[in-house]
Amino acid sequence: MEELLQYLFSGITNGAIYAVIALGFSMLYNATDLINFAHGEFVMLGGLGLVTFWTVFNLPLPVAFILAAGMGGFAGFLFERLAIRTVSKPQPIVLVIITVGASIFLRGAAMLVWGKDAHGVPDFSSHEPIDIFGATLLVQSLWILGIVLIMVAGLHFFYNRTLTGKAMQACAINKRAAWLTGIPANKMVLLAFIISTSLGAAAGVIIAPVTMCSYDMGTMLGLKGFCAAMLGGLGSLWGALIGGFLLGSLESLGVGFFSSGLKDAIAFILLLLILYIRPQGIMGTADSKRF
Amino acid sequence: MLKVRNLKCYYGRIMAIKGVSLSVRQGELITIIGANGSGKSTLLQAICGLLPGWEGEILFEEEQIKGLDPPAIVNRGICLVPEGRLIFGPLSVMDNLKLGAYTMYRKKRHDRIEQDLSMIMELFPILKERSRQAAGTLSGGEQQMLAIGRALMARPRLLVLDEPSMGLAPLLVEKILETLVNLKEQGLTILLVEQNAQAALKISDRGYVLETGKMVLQGRSSDLLADVEVKRAYLGKDYDEFYEGE
Repeated sequence: MEELLQYLFSGITNGAIYAVIALGFSMLYNATDLINFAHGEFVMLGGLGLVTFWTVFNLPLPVAFILAAGMGGFAGFLFERLAIRTVSKPQPIVLVIITVGASIFLRGAAMLVWGKDAHGVPDFSSHEPIDIFGATLLVQSLWILGIVLIMVAGLHFFYNRTLTGKAMQACAINKRAAWLTGIPANKMVLLAFIISTSLGAAAGVIIAPVTMCSYDMGTMLGLKGFCAAMLGGLGSLWGALIGGFLLGSLESLGVGFFSSGLKDAIAFILLLLILYIRPQGIMGTADSKRF
Repeated sequence: MLKVRNLKCYYGRIMAIKGVSLSVRQGELITIIGANGSGKSTLLQAICGLLPGWEGEILFEEEQIKGLDPPAIVNRGICLVPEGRLIFGPLSVMDNLKLGAYTMYRKKRHDRIEQDLSMIMELFPILKERSRQAAGTLSGGEQQMLAIGRALMARPRLLVLDEPSMGLAPLLVEKILETLVNLKEQGLTILLVEQNAQAALKISDRGYVLETGKMVLQGRSSDLLADVEVKRAYLGKDYDEFYEGE
């Protein structure tokens, strides 16, 4: 019982991270029909950004948090402007390959800036772990869950209550129609990039204390987030959440009850299963596209 | 108000519009008729900024609109109700209308938006009834009303409609065209592109006939309705029919 609870705690914490990363994939896919395989690198930028701003520059944590997430957003802005918008024939496959290239570039750049060593940061607050029915819950896990919930609520508010959010949805539904209505579709795509990448960077910030940050941490996280997004249904906000938490929990249970060697395999087994059984994902609509 | 001079449009190397000129004066309702592939939609795409790389001149209120993108043209005061309506299906009717006013929101004209909303609800009472419903669940006619309402929300000075009667039952077509007459009486300038030539010419002041990228006829709508060539080609009557009648 204690064991199960312990696994669930760590599963939900990991799941929250996967969910935020999946959210980034989903919202960008919604706005642009593009899967950004460099998304994981923005998570890495967030984590390493926090290392620099918080522990090297000694800025207060909230400021460092915002700067690190902002840096991710700014990198996303540059990415869209320099690498995506300049493409003369933006076919999906070309763009996807560009994102793969950007991923390699970002990893290399990060290695030059931060070196090959892994960096660690302390927890956000120095409380003792909480004991619940014999299982320990790290306080950082609560931070992670809380911040993820705030981000999800913020995104939900943005999409459903603000004009810009609705305009972005309109662009996702029919770009041409949105354009004719007077909505500047290019700006909406740019904004989607910025929000998606800063979400990714924020995910990197909140996990920095529970993992070691290094230039190559993003790839695996990005792939896990992608699995979670596919699991829940690419393009669906709730799907990303469900996929993330499901993946996190199953992964942690698999590690606990079977073998820790299985950890990364579980995500990909789940991805294959969902592609066989329900390619549109748990929450997805039936008209899935392939390219 | 709108002047098109010697417009040439290309799709790759194919010239789809071969030197078309037309004019729309303030307060007029103008119809362009033509068969499939005659270049009607291409012409409208050029006017609304969807088609890059055309040659010639398009003047709106004495100003060149070449090189402007669609949002900029909406800002100038031209709004298109696109072919096939292109409403935002998953969003609610109310959201669709509000998004139509996107440029007005950006200009901070909230007072006008409220006014326009109530005007459109009055024009199409059914939209008020369904304002919370997803737009995709409306019937074809209601969707067309929504598309017109959405375009009106941007406060256009020139409303351009691309085949608003397509796929609608005759009774609804009548209702939509009636609405256009209504809007014209309120001072709106309207450019209407239609395959339903008879109905469109009946309500318009002047008409143009487009054939394979060229204007082959133009004139007062009543003259066009009486024109033998127009009758034969667009009003579904054969030479025989009206020789017999004479």
